[in-house]
Amino acid sequence: MSSRVMPFRGSYTSREQVAVYEFSWPALIFIPLLALLIQIFIPTKVRYFPIIDLPFLVTIFFAVARRNPVSGCVTGCIIGLMQDLFAGPSHPLGMYGISLTIIGYLASSLGLKIDVENPGSRFLITYVFFVVHQGVYYGVAHGLLRQTQVWSWSHIAISALANAVIGLFVFALLDRFKQR
Amino acid sequence: METFLGRYKNLIVLAAILFAQIIGLAVQVRRPSQLGETRLIRLWAISAVTPIEGAVVHMQKWVYGGWSNYIYLRGVRRENRELRAQVERMKIEDARLSEDARMARRVQTLLGFKEQYVENTVAAQVIGTSGTEQSRVLYIDKGAKDGIKTDMAVITPTGIVGKIVQVFPTSAQVLPINDQFSGVGAVLKETRLQGILKGSQNGTTTLQYIMSDEKVEPGEEVLTSGGDRIFPKGLPVGKVVSVEPGKDLFLNIRVIPSSRLDQLEEVLVVTKITEKMPDAKDLAPIRAADILAERLPTVPIKPGTDAAGNPKPADTAAGANAPAGTGAHPSATGPTANKPVAGATTAPGVKPNSTALTTRSTSGTTTTPGMKPLNGAATGTTTPTKPKTTSPATIPPTPNGAASGETGTEAPVNGNDATPAPKRVKPAPGQTPSTNPDQPAKPPATDQPQP
Repeated sequence: MSSRVMPFRGSYTSREQVAVYEFSWPALIFIPLLALLIQIFIPTKVRYFPIIDLPFLVTIFFAVARRNPVSGCVTGCIIGLMQDLFAGPSHPLGMYGISLTIIGYLASSLGLKIDVENPGSRFLITYVFFVVHQGVYYGVAHGLLRQTQVWSWSHIAISALANAVIGLFVFALLDRFKQR
Repeated sequence: METFLGRYKNLIVLAAILFAQIIGLAVQVRRPSQLGETRLIRLWAISAVTPIEGAVVHMQKWVYGGWSNYIYLRGVRRENRELRAQVERMKIEDARLSEDARMARRVQTLLGFKEQYVENTVAAQVIGTSGTEQSRVLYIDKGAKDGIKTDMAVITPTGIVGKIVQVFPTSAQVLPINDQFSGVGAVLKETRLQGILKGSQNGTTTLQYIMSDEKVEPGEEVLTSGGDRIFPKGLPVGKVVSVEPGKDLFLNIRVIPSSRLDQLEEVLVVTKITEKMPDAKDLAPIRAADILAERLPTVPIKPGTDAAGNPKPADTAAGANAPAGTGAHPSATGPTANKPVAGATTAPGVKPNSTALTTRSTSGTTTTPGMKPLNGAATGTTTPTKPKTTSPATIPPTPNGAASGETGTEAPVNGNDATPAPKRVKPAPGQTPSTNPDQPAKPPATDQPQP
């Protein structure tokens, strides 16, 4: 696989062209599945692990690496729906799906405009998108389904920080699967 | 048109995907799945994933078990000693509680209460979670093939966990009590106030619908009330940690669950609960001391002797020297001491039983060397057996210094003229220590002043 070079279109980065990475099909299939398996298994052993949202991190990684809003939407939708499948009967299919679809679209759109390769921008992107992710989920649950939800800024800020830190390591690990 | 589609392709795709999911949400909300019904796609996904999770969990358990059971055995002996001591303590406690339980069952029988019994349980391993903070459901490795059904209670030895909400062929989904969609009928142990235990999004549990004018203290235990018809009545739920005035005239009572819901490994699924009347056949009044004595070694009853030292039938000896209530103290006369024989009068509340009282009070007892012979009948009836010592825990000393665990012949009848007996006396081989450890000994029945 080779990386394509997209023309510069009003980017805020200093580069004139941004590289678009591609991934092998096994990586595209098994990395989200593995993230999901870890996400549902580790909390039985580690108490506070549910703060970390590995499917969300994988969605962001694929979206910003591929820099294609359509594929970002589809990737987010599939990963979100898979997450919904395990969330219990009180969570209708689509709650995480909608949220991660929007995140995938925004992340890939942002990836077209700014440099998302360095750790600082990755940290910020993850932090901000986690808050957006929680906001969209809250909107869907509260607005569409009338479910009682508690919005705690402090909790979300801590969770976003944890995800941003863990995201740095996860992204560094997943960079190995990029194909230029 | 092509230009429009090409220009806004990304947004159109996004809108289409979102629209499809919103329609899907609306359909699910409009037609929620019935109880026990599972959407096919969920069934497929969970059926595909849970075997992998189960294999990982069992492999981990195998490795850990091999390490901890065969290799890393440091401290096992000390732990074993401690556990044995704990078992001994619990046996005594169990004897005491058994009598309370029998009494409660007698009362229930009299009042016609039906009691719920957990008859069958299935042990299951927790193999996964929802993986999100918004949902706290758990997955266990037992499903429909193991007889699991929806709305079955899931418990641990320390307390309740939740209930089954979805069943798959080889796995099932558990809604724990701290999930925001969970509700359990609960009752406060001391005040007997009933409420509903509800979970929350952040995993805390609160007892709701208890009026604010009620007094609830932190530390009080919370039990299941049985009102939800899922959990049997009386199972431990948790403990009150804080009580605050809430809204709408109700208290906001925060409860910490008894089970470690965030670190569950193995649970029990209650597959069968039966309701039946307590069986009154086995509920003859038995004292805690008797139950305790049953667990201790006994010897065959020897024939009794009269005051002159001549052997006499045991059953005749009882009535003669044990009028109503006088010699019936359990601490002085043994577990079967106050059981009347033919012709003997029994005080109210005294259990009618065998003649061991007189047998032991007149014969078969042990005299400790250095102990001054007692006056009266008991003096002549002491059997010269080899003295032994016993643990002080079994036989607490009497106020006058005599050992109280033995039968009355050893205790000085008149404290002023008796030589202080050794404090540690072991019963003769096979002899049942008659003492309730909680009660000091009393002099033998035959020498007791009549009230």
